[in-house]
Amino acid sequence: MKTYLSVNAKSYAVEHDPRRTLLDTLRDDLGLPGTKKGCDHGQCGACTILLNGERVNACLCLTAMHDGDEITTIEGIGSPELLSELQKAFVEKDGYQCGFCTPGQIMSATALLQEIANGAPSYVSDDLDSAALTDAEIAERMSGNLCRCSAYPLIREAIAMAAEGKE
Amino acid sequence: MKDHFTMDSPQPRLLDETKQGVIGTPMDRPDGPRKVSGTADYTADHAPDGMAHGVLVRATIARGRITGMDRDTVLGIDGVIDVITDPRMIRNPAQGMAGSAPVQTGDEVHYHGQPIALVVAETFEAARDAAQRLTVHYHAEAAAVSPETTPDTETDDPVTAGDFDSSWSAAEVQIDRAYTTPSQAAAAMEPHAAIADWQGDHVTLRSALQMVRFNKAELADTLGIDPSKVRILAPFVGGGFGSKLGLGPEAAAAAIAAQKLGRPVRVVMTRQTVFDTVLRRSETAQRVRLGATKDGRITAISHDDRVSNIDGEGFAEPVSQASQFLYGADGLSFTQTVARIAATPAGSVRAPGEAVGMLAFEAAIDELADALGMDPLELRLKNLPEKHPIDGRPYSARRLADCLTEGAARFGWADRWQAGTRREGDWLIGIGMASAARSNMLVKSSARVRLTGDQAIVETDMTDIGTGTYAILAQITAEMLGLPAANVTVRLGDSDLPGASGSGGSFGANSAGSAVFLAARKLRAEIAERLGCDAEGLTLQNGQARGDNREAALTELVSEEILAEATIQKGKTAKSHFSSGFGAHFAEVAVNEWTGEIRVRRMLGVMSMGRILNEKTARSQALGGMIWGIGAALTEEMQSDPRDGHIVTRDLANYHVPAHADVPGDMQVVFLEERDDWANPIQTKGIGELGISGAGAAVINAISHATSKRAYDYPVLPDRMVALLEG
Ligand code: FES
Ligand code: FES
Repeated sequence: MKTYLSVNAKSYAVEHDPRRTLLDTLRDDLGLPGTKKGCDHGQCGACTILLNGERVNACLCLTAMHDGDEITTIEGIGSPELLSELQKAFVEKDGYQCGFCTPGQIMSATALLQEIANGAPSYVSDDLDSAALTDAEIAERMSGNLCRCSAYPLIREAIAMAAEGKE
Repeated sequence: MKDHFTMDSPQPRLLDETKQGVIGTPMDRPDGPRKVSGTADYTADHAPDGMAHGVLVRATIARGRITGMDRDTVLGIDGVIDVITDPRMIRNPAQGMAGSAPVQTGDEVHYHGQPIALVVAETFEAARDAAQRLTVHYHAEAAAVSPETTPDTETDDPVTAGDFDSSWSAAEVQIDRAYTTPSQAAAAMEPHAAIADWQGDHVTLRSALQMVRFNKAELADTLGIDPSKVRILAPFVGGGFGSKLGLGPEAAAAAIAAQKLGRPVRVVMTRQTVFDTVLRRSETAQRVRLGATKDGRITAISHDDRVSNIDGEGFAEPVSQASQFLYGADGLSFTQTVARIAATPAGSVRAPGEAVGMLAFEAAIDELADALGMDPLELRLKNLPEKHPIDGRPYSARRLADCLTEGAARFGWADRWQAGTRREGDWLIGIGMASAARSNMLVKSSARVRLTGDQAIVETDMTDIGTGTYAILAQITAEMLGLPAANVTVRLGDSDLPGASGSGGSFGANSAGSAVFLAARKLRAEIAERLGCDAEGLTLQNGQARGDNREAALTELVSEEILAEATIQKGKTAKSHFSSGFGAHFAEVAVNEWTGEIRVRRMLGVMSMGRILNEKTARSQALGGMIWGIGAALTEEMQSDPRDGHIVTRDLANYHVPAHADVPGDMQVVFLEERDDWANPIQTKGIGELGISGAGAAVINAISHATSKRAYDYPVLPDRMVALLEG
């Protein structure tokens, strides 16, 4: 079957198996392997992408259900030569070790900063109408992204650093 | 130019004399921009033209024989190419540094979850579907799957010093406790993966592996071909923690299938298969006995354990490893029993031994301090031995006392309150500490350094599994050759390059780093000769060579490439001295008195681990280890079905590795300056595992301090905590 997608502002028509996940479409059909598969079950966050501006686990999305959707992957955030502020902060803070969870962490963090800017509260927010960018807030909102290397404190420092740069 | 060096005597501290000033600095990883942009290429990111997809099929009995498979039903599925079984397929991954094929079982099943066939299809979806549908017929046999009840056990002769029994019975104060820890999973975020491609009778295997030199030999032996016909590529590895030390079943299956089908085959384990078949850390049952005089001199130490493994695997979790050299006593005794079970094989997971042994041992030390009415810090400081308590070797470099006192001062240990007396609402607050220790090794390693003008290239089959190898090898080379680190290119993870130790046992940086150092030192000698000065008088900095009142740019002196290769291996110093990293961990926890929830609020690790090559990547390694300590103390538990041994917690929703919210922001690491002259010519010690060794015990001891209750079964899950609080 065929699905039309916009990925990183480029249009694609993908011929695919009906069982195909968006994750496998991105990695194997569109040649965008930056999005990682850590579990294929929505349990690790390595496959986090932006779907119409919101973060989702690409392994839990069937390609067939996303005709016409707009997707941003890690490749759409920056390149080694031209890194985003968040990507630079991860390098500077050593917010990774093996790097396998990193694209997912960065996609999640990209969305997180937007969610906070939009005033969306989380379980740990004191105020339902706005959220401050505290470490507890970042930890809560990033907990869908596992990092077995356990770079957690440094990932959060990187996110805080990038957020400060933005303000 | 080839140099073969044996570590027979302490070496001069050349890296303290060189002038570039890049060694030890918190340099960003050169591979960082690729990692953060998703362009670092891990195995499964490759999809060569014509590639077929393989999915492993698992056995669903604990022991027996495969009598048939209904191949035809799945071969009819659209896109399915083949169902491959082959006597060369392997039962489980090779143990670290095996260098030969793991057990090959043919049609026998040795554990539930064992890979028994590979379904290959044109698409991943078809292969997965067929693998799930394939009906397998077995002749099942009875099997012992529980380490508690299996009749098949082996007990080693005890490791002893002095007379434990008489020291123990004479002890004025005694602690005698039993502890348990469950099986644990390495659970690297990158699932094990392989892509095999044959060119004639040569196979190229991309695979997520930690020890390329050994893995090459393992694949050759598995396939029954000459190692010269095998090439292995692993430039980026998404975490290992021991689980990728040895060639895995997915790699053997990919190579066999690719050869049979004449096209590349990719096999990526599902997360569930990773749990089923990748070597687990054994569960342990431990008994610690500590005897002391009333004034706090430890007189008797015994740490016995029972671990498990499947038949045919020689590995046994070395539970009491650190207990044998941390503290002194008049009598020491350590006995290990291995229970043989038909279950997922056990092997090395980050800091085998210390990671679980120190949970129990350092908790027992804490309990002894309580019994003596002594500060646990003081008890530890009072009992540091002069030399290795078992074999009498002097320590090569040991700043354990400094780590303990420095950590105590930084953490505010002196303000420690009486156990069970501080609360904030429903939360009981406590602090705890533990010593850290992880023995240090040197493993044979080779490397090549090429220099053209002011540009250098480092080549070795060493891997970077997140440990920072790309960074530190660039720094060593840059320091030795007087170049900015940006002028050094590091090539890793290719078996065509000189063979290194690989990443394991925290020996990678020491071993591969020393080989690079020695190769670069050869080049320094060549440069000195060209300049016309002694190697000792040579100064290299920012591409300029100076010595004996002469000066020249490397671009002039080395207009055409020069190269040097060096090999290092351990020698007399390994026998004359005992080398280990040491440290001290501190933790503060809050325990909810109603729900039993335990939150770690802050941690501090103070460590002395030889020369730090990169302050930034070293810190990351240490932090990572400490967070593994949180996992071992609080969250990680593999459970299996007592009837057939199958792993029940076989995904990341059921096996709980720590997540962001489990880890406090206040995680501090302090390195105390140290040089280990007896370890290797760059005076380093292993880092990757010291952070975990003892970290969990600091959390456990903080729980005791918060609640006045002692837990002996780990992890301290909320239900266990509630039971203790109610008890
Ligand atoms: S791969 Fe999607 S959440 Fe793990
Ligand atoms: S960096 Fe290795 S899993 Fe996060």
